[in-house]
Amino acid sequence: MTHLLITAATLLDGSRADLRVRDGVIVESGSGLAADGARVIDSDGLQALPGLVDLHTHLREPGSEQSETVLTGTRAAAAGGFTVVHAMANTQPVQDTAGVVEQVASLGAQHGYATVRPVGAVTVGLAGERLSEIGAMAGSRAAVRVFSDDGKCVSDALLLRRALEYVKTFDGVVAQHAQEPRLTEGAQMNEGALSSELGLAGWPAVAEESIIARDVLLAQHVGARLHICHVSTAGSVDIVRWAKARGIDVTAEVTPHHLLLTEQLAATYDPRYKVNPPLRREEDVLALRAALADGTIDVVATDHAPHPVEAKECAWPEAAVGMVGLESALAVVQESMVETGLLDWAGVARVLSTTPARIGRVAGYDAPLAVGSPANITLVDAAARGDFDLARLHGKSVNSPFLGRSLPGRVMAVVHDGRPTVLEGALLPTEEVATA
Amino acid sequence: MRHLLSTRDLDRTTAVRILDIAEDMADVAQRAVPKLPTLRGKTVANLFFEDSTRTRLSFEAAAKRLSAEVITFSAKGSSVSKGESLKDTAQTIAAMGMDAVVLRHSASGAAATLAGSGWIDAAVVNAGDGTHEHPTQGLLDAYSIRKRLHGAASRGRDLDGVRVTIVGDIVHSRVARSNVWLLTTLGAEVSLVAPATLLPGAIDSWPVTASHDLDAAIAAKPDALMMLRVQAERMTSGFFPNEREYAREWGLSAERFARLDADTMVLHPGPMNRGLEISSAAADSARSVVLDQVTNGVSIRMAVLYLVLSGNDGTDA
Ligand SMILES: [Zn+2]
Repeated sequence: MTHLLITAATLLDGSRADLRVRDGVIVESGSGLAADGARVIDSDGLQALPGLVDLHTHLREPGSEQSETVLTGTRAAAAGGFTVVHAMANTQPVQDTAGVVEQVASLGAQHGYATVRPVGAVTVGLAGERLSEIGAMAGSRAAVRVFSDDGKCVSDALLLRRALEYVKTFDGVVAQHAQEPRLTEGAQMNEGALSSELGLAGWPAVAEESIIARDVLLAQHVGARLHICHVSTAGSVDIVRWAKARGIDVTAEVTPHHLLLTEQLAATYDPRYKVNPPLRREEDVLALRAALADGTIDVVATDHAPHPVEAKECAWPEAAVGMVGLESALAVVQESMVETGLLDWAGVARVLSTTPARIGRVAGYDAPLAVGSPANITLVDAAARGDFDLARLHGKSVNSPFLGRSLPGRVMAVVHDGRPTVLEGALLPTEEVATA
Repeated sequence: MRHLLSTRDLDRTTAVRILDIAEDMADVAQRAVPKLPTLRGKTVANLFFEDSTRTRLSFEAAAKRLSAEVITFSAKGSSVSKGESLKDTAQTIAAMGMDAVVLRHSASGAAATLAGSGWIDAAVVNAGDGTHEHPTQGLLDAYSIRKRLHGAASRGRDLDGVRVTIVGDIVHSRVARSNVWLLTTLGAEVSLVAPATLLPGAIDSWPVTASHDLDAAIAAKPDALMMLRVQAERMTSGFFPNEREYAREWGLSAERFARLDADTMVLHPGPMNRGLEISSAAADSARSVVLDQVTNGVSIRMAVLYLVLSGNDGTDA
């Protein structure tokens, strides 16, 4: 098996060490370790992080392979420093049976760029009418633990209650896309002064906050675990903070784009900035950053949502919603959280690896970079800075809102389960990474 | 002027200049041969993704009076709800060598997207985009108000101190938006009257006053009262209980019209729902400017086409 020696990397506590990786495990940590025949990854000046774990990725396969496939999506993930992605259920067919989730997971395993953990649909066909075969998906080889109708809100209160209770049986979690559907019919952007001026139908903060408020109370009532996807408003932060103070078992995620971008970008009518939930106000961005720093928001999740060019080359109201985010996520977190002094690198590891792995019940991420842990390691040149350009995108789609923007940091090497997927800042070839 | 996308980005000097050029264009209409050779050899594409016979005919008449060629693409009925159609249609037009595109589209921002897309080089004139703006309507309303107030002495004047009240579905109205920005830029005091469901939530940030009481607005004796059309779809989606209640609270009934100050002019962008937002007594009265608005619309559109196509900023017009 593979034998790697990562030399002189900076660890999460700021110290420097060599890490030896053998047979998929970190077997030795220290200084001046002998190469001993290992492939050496010179990491002098690089920050070591545990492999990043994304709780919210749209890989589009099966069904929308023109936008992304498991292969292209996991290549994008590896390029962004991720070793695990949770593949959202809104594929075609929907990931609502054991067969589909096993197929998606096994594609990920064959390609080798990242571990693919499929998310199971809460309801059959995401239709919001009856529960999907949650037990079968949990017990399948894909071992699904996160269930979500993402893209759609489980808005029926009784159905959500049943889902929360039923998922508890399998140590799973419901990840809610919090969007009151009637309050957001035809919604195009954040509702406020700017949407009124631009004549774009508003997506009011209350449509997110009212669902989160209801759902944390339901989670409390039935004693279940609840995860809130892509929290986007200051009001939502207040509700999650209140719920946690009450001891409710709720976790929350924020996307990189909601940490950096504001609704003002909609004034360009450039559909690259159209996303769901929409970009919000500056005060929301600042509240989200503070909440991520103090732990009210637990994790950063990309909501990587690839779309073909034609879906964005049109007038704003006709454009698809969503942005690609895997390749830019770490850079955006560094820009919005590290450069601002709100998080150190240990904090980055917490919100982008340890905690999302715990929420998704992914084994091997609880002791980051420690001897004995599976070797999932990302090495970042934190001192680098440059314009984020097309060369940084490795998925099938280019709908990134960050193109042309100067961002810090550069992923230089990634080790996934003991095998490199990225070296010297470049993805390794598909044949070299494939496990089959 | 490269494009006309909104009135939001017009300054007072430019706005007055457009109105003044429209005065010159109106004079042309009085001649025996109401036609100018100004835009001979230029081609204007009327690209209407949304049906609007009035606006389309007005732009066609304007282009023809300036001797431009006009080609009308009425995309209604074909598959124009898909985004690529705007791009494809625009590129088809570009390949045919059009100099200007007059765009009507149901999507807010469509004109801005087209102008900024790089798909075409042609000048873009926004003829109404979703619920965003309808700048030539705003300009013709400003022109009509100025003309009614100042007649032959209109040239060079702004609307300083003129009090305009706009009544009806503000939140969904591109006409209201274009008027709010333009009239206030020209110095007018604008007040809006509507039920709270039809006023934008963040109205505080607009340079206007807003209220819900039409009777109080009438008692305040505005110089101009603009009644907006109630769209059929608002009646069925719960913005107000029914037509009867709307007419009773916010319609310019004959009885309300009788209370209106003798000097107050009445505007309506058309087409009118008689008996709903406006009574025939008001629409057909001497104080109504409704037909002037139609006539003036052609002059305004001549001025706009002239400005975007002549490569002339209008200072010597
Ligand atoms: Zn979602």
